[in-house]
Order: sequence, then C-alpha cells, then structure tokens
Amino acid sequence: MEQEKKRRNCQEQNPWVPRILIGISVIFFVIMLVVPLFEVIYRSLREGISTYTSAITAKNTLSAMRVTLLATVIAVVVNTFFGLCASWLLTKFNFKGKHALSTLIDIPFSVSPVIGGLAFIMTFGRMGWATPVVEWFNETFGTDIALVFSVPGVVLATIFVTFPFVSRELLPVMQAQGTAEEEAAALMGAKGFTIFKKVTFPHIRWALLYGIILCAARAFGEFGAVYAVSKARGKTFTLPLEIDALYMAGSANSITQAFAVSSLLVLLAIIMLVLKQIVEYRGKRDS
Amino acid sequence: MYIEMKQINKNYGDFQAAKNINFGVEQGKLVALLGPSGSGKTTILRMIAGLEHQDSGDVVIEGKVVNDIPARDRGIGFVFQNYALFRYMTVYENIAFGLKVQKKSKSEIHKRVTELIELVELKGMEKRYPDQLSGGQRQRVAFARALAPRPQLLLLDEPFAAIDAKVRKELRSWLKQMIAKVGITSIFVTHDQDEAVEVSDQIIIINEGHLEQMGSPVEIYKKPKTSFVAQFIGTSAVVDDFHGFKGFQNVPEGKQVILRPEFVEAFKSDNEKFKSLISVSESGVIRDIEFRGSYLTLTLEVNGILLNTNRSLERRPVSIGEEMCVLVYRAYVLEDENAHIHKNQMLKDIDIEAL
Repeated sequence: MEQEKKRRNCQEQNPWVPRILIGISVIFFVIMLVVPLFEVIYRSLREGISTYTSAITAKNTLSAMRVTLLATVIAVVVNTFFGLCASWLLTKFNFKGKHALSTLIDIPFSVSPVIGGLAFIMTFGRMGWATPVVEWFNETFGTDIALVFSVPGVVLATIFVTFPFVSRELLPVMQAQGTAEEEAAALMGAKGFTIFKKVTFPHIRWALLYGIILCAARAFGEFGAVYAVSKARGKTFTLPLEIDALYMAGSANSITQAFAVSSLLVLLAIIMLVLKQIVEYRGKRDS
Repeated sequence: MYIEMKQINKNYGDFQAAKNINFGVEQGKLVALLGPSGSGKTTILRMIAGLEHQDSGDVVIEGKVVNDIPARDRGIGFVFQNYALFRYMTVYENIAFGLKVQKKSKSEIHKRVTELIELVELKGMEKRYPDQLSGGQRQRVAFARALAPRPQLLLLDEPFAAIDAKVRKELRSWLKQMIAKVGITSIFVTHDQDEAVEVSDQIIIINEGHLEQMGSPVEIYKKPKTSFVAQFIGTSAVVDDFHGFKGFQNVPEGKQVILRPEFVEAFKSDNEKFKSLISVSESGVIRDIEFRGSYLTLTLEVNGILLNTNRSLERRPVSIGEEMCVLVYRAYVLEDENAHIHKNQMLKDIDIEAL
C-alpha cells in the first residue's frame, strides 16, 4: 500500500519535465558553444596543415603570443599577491571602510573593460596627470618606460581586468574558516608568516589555485581593455587583437589565419577547463 | 592575586561589552565566568588572552601590567569554543605546534607531546586528523595543545558547548580532574550554571557587561547579592506580592520575591513528620503536577499566589485539586538591584534541620 503510493507519487512527476529541460540545455549548448568552436577548428584546418602551421608561426602571431603570455604571467603573479593581501585583510581584520574596499575590488567585474583601458590612457597618456611622473622617473633613472601604447600598458590593462578573480575565490573560503585557528596559533607564540604558512595556506590552496586559473583564462582572452591601450601590431598586440586584425584584413587567406590563431586560444581554454576541473575535484576531496 | 582585572571597560561601537570590571583570581584556582549569552563573558576572557584590547583599565598577570604585551607573548593557553584545531594537522602535529614555534629540539617535542597524549588518554590517535575524532576527543586534543608550551594560565571558552549532553557530564569531571592534576590556574566561560557549579572553585557572574557577584558556588547559590543573580541561579520563580504570607509578614508590600522549589515544602495535613509545622503553614491547592522523571513538580495555589515545589516519588501520591499544607523556608526579596534573604520568622524557634 505504502509502496504503491510512493510509486504513484513518482509517476505523477511528469517524466517529460527533465527531458525537456535536458533538451533545451543541449540545444542551447550546441548552438552557442559546440558549433562555433567546431567551426573555429574546422576553418583553421580547411586549407591544410601547412597553412595552419605557417599561420601560427607568423612573425605577428609569435609576437602576440609572447605579449599575451607575458601579460598573463605578470597579471597572475600580481593579482595572486594582491588577492591574498586583500582577502587576508578583509577576513581577518576589522576596520572602517571594509565594505567599501570589498566593493571596490569588484569594480572590474561591473565596469566594461574598454572603460578600464580608456581610463589608463586618460591617466598615463599624453594628457594624463601621471605622465609627468613617468617622465620624471624616466629622466631621473635613465629608463624609457611608456605606459600607454606599449607592452607595460597591455600588462597594466590585463591586471586591471583580472584583479578580482583571486580575491573573489579566496574570500568565501577564508570567511568560512574564521579566525579561531589563527588566534590559536598566535596564542602559542606563532608570528604572522608562520601562521599564514602553517595554518591559513593549507585551507586556501585549492581556492587559490582555482582563482589563479580563472585569472589566467581571463587574462589571455582579454580584448576590450587591451584594445584601448595597444595599437602596434607585431609589437604590443595580444592574441585576441591579432585574431581581430587578421579577420578584419578580410582576405580569404587572412580569415583562415585568424581561425588558426583562434584555435590556439581555444586550446588554451580547454587546458584551463581541464585544470579547473582537476582543481575543483581535488579541492572537494580534500575538505 | 595571580590575575587581576582592574577597571576594565570595552565598547563595540555603542555596545558596552564590559563595564568597569574588577576581579582577581588566585593562583591554582579554577574559576567560572558565568552569564547569559551576550553578557560579555567571552570578551573578558579574550581580553585576558590579549585577543581583544580593553578601551581602558589594566590586565595584570603576576603583578605585571600586560596591556601592551601581544597575545603571543603572554604565555597563556587557550581552548576555543569549537576547539579551533588545525584541520590540516594530525593530533600529534596539533599538540606539537606550540613547541615547534618555540624552536624546541625534536626529542624534547617528542617527549612533551607523548607525555600529553598519555595525560589526555589519546594513545594510538596521534596520526589522526581532527575530523576523524569525536567531540570529546577533539576537546582533549585542544586541552593538550593549549598545555603543551607549559602556560601559567589556561583559559577555556565554553569548553563543553560543542559536546552532546550525555558526554558533557563525563567531560566536566574529567576536566576538573585534569586541571587539578596539572595544577594550572584556569578560567572558563560558560552559560550553564550546572557546569559552573560543578566544576569551579569560584564563580564570577557577568550580566550585561558588568560583574554581578563573585564567590564560591555555595555562596552564589545561598546568598545571591543582586536580583539578577537571585533569578539567574537555580530554578527561580518570581512572585509579585508576597506580603502577608505566614512567616513573612515583615516583607514590605509590593516587593517582588524570588522563590526556588527547594524553599517550598508541601505536605498532607495528616503527615506525622511535619505535625509541629502545621500551625505555621498556609493551606494551598494543587493546580498542576509535572512528572520530571526522578521527581514531581507541584504547582500550588496559596492565597492566589502560585508556588512550585519538587516532590520525591517515594512520598505518598498526590492529585490535582488536593489540599496541602504549604510552608516556605526562605525567600529572596528584591529591592532595586539587590536581593535580600528573608527567612521564615515563625521557624526561628523550630529546629528544621532535625526534621
């Protein structure tokens, strides 16, 4: 009797509901993701392997690759450091303006990257207030640093766009951990760095790695902010900018080349996706 | 005095967490900071440890003002409410942490940790992680970890709160024994009066950030000084007007009175044992009987006042509506913030203890 009731309950739940939902998801996924990605790979290889390899070993492409990797590595290092500092500060200390700071960190999420890039031009460009400072620095130290329309500018713009990623991953984890373990360690005589290394870090390592992966993925895919500060193809262009330039050139050949370079980014994205899955899995198993 | 708190004040914004707190703790004593949640007792404990800083006043340890000494240099052992064991370290590593920080030699660390593991009876568990232990075992690890660097003072924040009721009782006596064995001055925070009464030598009662009373458990129980303590300790019932009750004619009119079940005696009028007390008792009617497992709680109505008393199951059965003789031994009369003890005047010439 009881069992029969249960069975009827199950049958009352229309079996079509999950099927329809699965169907919608799959169709959406295929149209929005699978087909375009497949198209990228297909188009890049349509003219044969030799066209493909020549496209990705072209001078401009190699330069773009170098700039992209440089910007990504620096952005990841800087933002990891900054993210650790910010989330440590926001979760382990109480001070005035804590909420304001927490909101500020999220600005790159809510502001269009192009605006970020333009803000850099406004600040460091020929008319910007910071230009005299940079010039003074160059004169005094005999350096030749240019922050706009140069590789340092690209790096700065990339850092700007990706800076919330690490701290946003760390904050909830550190919040949940609370401060008791750190306090316990402090009461036993441990100092700041020992506490971080022995007590805090083991908690956050997977979240940190996850944040780094997201940060890197965003860094080498960034277009808008970098576009605003980078105008010299073959010098300061990143991979997305190079792809855009090839595509805009409009010839059948250059479009194929654009797809070939795109396939590199797709490959990187897939690597990141796999890494992300591994980190997520290990993180869950650990905790 | 081993530890002294002198005129300690602490505010969190508009909230006063500690108001002019003064007390001293002698060496080797086990003291309970008792109060309702949010009363500020944990804040006081954390100020002693150096985890919070008072706005004004001095914390004195062994005659030395430690206000400016950071937590890590105060040499205090602390057991956190949820133990705060290092989740990514084994039992052994947890206990060894404080010694490693002090850069003790490996053999010395090993000796001390082994000694403590034996003391807290966790042999064989050295390689386990905190999430592989029961609540009671975790508490033992936290205790051993706090003691490892040989602190002079042990602070415990709600040490039993995270343990289920059944094990809690066992652990209370265990902790009391351990602290006696180690001979360390200890202060623990609790909101559970049974815990405070059972475990401590001295109880400090905190309410809304100020110290209500400090004394031995018996003193606190028998001689509450303030109306808060009178109501907080024991099972207390407030009676709004006790004026005119037999033996309490001198209680002023309109004063609130606190009665505990053990202050009230109820007996049948044919009870031989209480024969001599019938003349000094009032008559009351049983309005309610609650079965509490090992005893009954009777609610009696006397002259429109409701009183509670406990009745042993060994005594004759009673029923609702039955008339009983009711006698009150003592009452706490509340006057503003203070509580005064009033004994039944009519019992002055009767030797109650002989009954």
